[in-house]
Amino acid sequence: MRLTCTVNGASQQVDDVWEGESLLYVLRERMGLPGSKNACEQGECGSCTVYLDGLPVCACLVAAGQAEGRQVGTVEGLAGAAALSPVQQAFLDAGAVQCGFCTPGLLVATHDLLTRSGRPSDPEIREALAGNLCRCTGYEKILDAVRLAAERMSEPGAHR
Amino acid sequence: MSAPTRVPAGAPEHLTGPGSGGVGDDAERPDGVLKVRGEFAYGSDLWMADMLWGATLRSPHPYARIRSVDTSAALATPGVRAVLTADDVPGEKVYGLELADQPVLALDVVRYQGEPVALVAADHPETARLAATRIRVDYEVWEPVTDARTALGHRTGNQVHDSAPEVTELSRENAHLHPQGNLVRHLKIRKGDPAPAADVVVVGEYEVGMQDQAFLGPESGLAVPAEDGGVELHVATQWLHVDQRQICSALGLPPGQVRLTLAGVGGAFGGREDLSMHVHACLLALRTGRPVKMSYNREESFFGHVHRHPATMRYEHGATRDGQLVYVKAEIYFDGGAYASSTPAVVGNGGTMGIGPYVVPSVHVDCYGAYTNNPPCGAMRGFGSVQTAFGYESQMDALAAELGMDPVELRCRNAMEQGSTTPTGQVVDSPAPVAELLRRLAAMPLPTRDDGGEVDLRDMPGGVSNTTHGEGVRRGVGYAVAYKNVGFSEGYDDYSTARVRLEVVGGEPTATVHTAAAEVGQGLVTVEQQIARTELGVERVVVHPKDTTVGSAGSTSASRQTYVTGGAVKAACEAVREQVLARAQRLVGRTVPDLRLAGGAVVSDSEDITVPLADLLGDDVLEETLEWRHRPTEAIDPETGQGFAHVQYAFSAHRAVVDVDTELGLVKVVEMACTQDVGKAINPQAVIGQIQGGTAQGLGLAVMEEILIKDGTVRNPSFTDYLIPTILDMPPMRIEVLEYADPHAPYGLRGVGEAPNISSGPAVLAAIRAATGLPLARVPVRPEHLTGT
Repeated sequence: MRLTCTVNGASQQVDDVWEGESLLYVLRERMGLPGSKNACEQGECGSCTVYLDGLPVCACLVAAGQAEGRQVGTVEGLAGAAALSPVQQAFLDAGAVQCGFCTPGLLVATHDLLTRSGRPSDPEIREALAGNLCRCTGYEKILDAVRLAAERMSEPGAHR
Repeated sequence: MSAPTRVPAGAPEHLTGPGSGGVGDDAERPDGVLKVRGEFAYGSDLWMADMLWGATLRSPHPYARIRSVDTSAALATPGVRAVLTADDVPGEKVYGLELADQPVLALDVVRYQGEPVALVAADHPETARLAATRIRVDYEVWEPVTDARTALGHRTGNQVHDSAPEVTELSRENAHLHPQGNLVRHLKIRKGDPAPAADVVVVGEYEVGMQDQAFLGPESGLAVPAEDGGVELHVATQWLHVDQRQICSALGLPPGQVRLTLAGVGGAFGGREDLSMHVHACLLALRTGRPVKMSYNREESFFGHVHRHPATMRYEHGATRDGQLVYVKAEIYFDGGAYASSTPAVVGNGGTMGIGPYVVPSVHVDCYGAYTNNPPCGAMRGFGSVQTAFGYESQMDALAAELGMDPVELRCRNAMEQGSTTPTGQVVDSPAPVAELLRRLAAMPLPTRDDGGEVDLRDMPGGVSNTTHGEGVRRGVGYAVAYKNVGFSEGYDDYSTARVRLEVVGGEPTATVHTAAAEVGQGLVTVEQQIARTELGVERVVVHPKDTTVGSAGSTSASRQTYVTGGAVKAACEAVREQVLARAQRLVGRTVPDLRLAGGAVVSDSEDITVPLADLLGDDVLEETLEWRHRPTEAIDPETGQGFAHVQYAFSAHRAVVDVDTELGLVKVVEMACTQDVGKAINPQAVIGQIQGGTAQGLGLAVMEEILIKDGTVRNPSFTDYLIPTILDMPPMRIEVLEYADPHAPYGLRGVGEAPNISSGPAVLAAIRAATGLPLARVPVRPEHLTGT
């Protein structure tokens, strides 16, 4: 089948998509956007978290056809025109990136959290990120990164 | 010599650091920007226009004879390009890290559920998987042997409690899973009085379940056939050269024709030390003449790598009334599963470090590794020491209770220190601040419990499931201490190779570091840059892609890379520096004793000399390649276990605070505190990250992580059913890092990664015991262990 959708603001059209393919597969293997990760492919780890019409979803659980005509946002689009978004920069500064396989999903989930809630409490951060597994960090530096990004983004005139 | 290479999209590029950041700094990762932009190419991200996808057919049975394999229906599937079986393996048909006993593809017998039987290459991954299901394999199913003691013909059953020991009669197939029998290794330690007596004796039996590394990036890679008949393999792995050796053997090709490059690695923790898809992808690429990508899904990943050995342990500790250890006897069984993998070395660690960092005059240890029909077990962070720490630390708590002593005090009274003698007769010749680690932990403030205000469900066991508002919840505190050998032991020639180049690029002095040491997330690429900056006084350091065009760096395991590859990079930098300084001496025309490299120039503190490297080097390139070794270790005596087995130890201690809902058996870990001696923190931020991550994996084993095996089959191969800690499960941590230099190690550093993974779980277990008063002899602790239901 043919799939047409908007990814990171750009119109995308791919042909010969097999109906059984997930949005994750199409992003990674047909659109050249492998930033969303394939850690479990069953909706348990959050590594493939992307925006679908502004809501975070596990791209592995979305059939490619369900994205027809919709807006998809991936880690590759987070920075926009900037080199790095504040969330990306905070993850680096806080040392929240080790192997980095969970990082794209956590960045999208954190971006979503901080868009909804400017200065979340620690329990709110934990709840918001409970669907994103990380095996390297023990999560402490991820919490540091989210707090740091929240602080920077809530400064007047801050880039989001 | 090598043929032109086609490079896949996403193949690794040189990493260039952001400047400043030498040894001891929180230098930024050179791969960090790529990783947060989603542009870092992991093994599963590689792509070529004409590539095929590989899939693996695996045995559904833990033990069976293969009568026949029919691949015709699979081959007839549209889109399928090749179907391969053991007959298509051109070289040696078995491989292995320490013993070559594991078939590349099943020969006549399968010995575990998930053993690879056949391969398919197809245009689409789903076509390949579908075709694999169409391969017809006729099995004669045999009864599996699923218990290590049974496999060895030893008595089974709990000897402390009631059940009568029994010896199971083994069938012919079961007595010899492999031609040499079912014993992989038996390690003995015999030290001191063979028949010791003590005032107080405690005996305990303990069990540790099978843990999975659960790295997030699946086994993956891309094999590209080369024009010279060889193959280029881009793969996520831990040790390129040991892979290369095994791949060459299986393919029947010389090393020059099997060229490996490290793809991005999404975590490892030991699970990538053995081969997974490496040979399979190469076989398919060579057969089809096209690039072949293989990437396991999560279920296949559970079958595609070795796990942490489950263990059963019996300990007997004897002490004086005032708490001085007199003797320890231990009997430890590691279930190695179907193939040897690194079981011999795991037995080595479990045995030699099996009584913990304590001074004991008389020690009697028997440590066994056995073949069974369970999934193969091998390397996982902590490597034999994780299991035994649950045993020996449980015993120390039991002994403290028996003596009416404080458990921290008992440990400190018996703690190893510099100058102590280990059970293997080795004198500890560098700092061993075991007691200090414990005392510092005990001095840390305990988390307060807010009894007055409203209950936040999120702080309760059960969380927002709203299972308790505090009724039936009891708090407990527990301590544990760990030690772990750093580097490869028992006489292994443990070395690394580094190539360092210094040149002027675009007017800027630039060092390039080339090693084959696998970066798996821990930050070795950062450490390599930091060392080069410090030793060569330049800011710009390029990390060359990791590949087999430079010599072996050894494994990224055993907490060894910062020590051994760090040592090699340091030594190669020093050799380059010698060249530079000699050149500067010639330029200056006289001997200036304190010439050094700093700020991209040769400088002297005693004289006003500044020679920029850009001027000194011009277009010249200075390069040195050398191998670097740590002090040699030696094999231990097979009858007594005595010998200089280990080059260095890492020490850490944990305090865990838990709340337990005793009615429902739910555990909430409230806080973890950790002290660790790292000798020298090369990158403090990364050191803390290792301690935090290691703590999480230990906590996971204590309360939730286990591959459940029934009759040799895995019951929970998914992240739905195999649980690893989430951000809700991990508590805040307090960490103190000590830096007592090891005089034998580069910069005085100690390996960091494994120790905190060893001490954290036993501390959690001790805290749960303290909260509940239950003896708890098995991890992971399940709700039913706490409620008795």
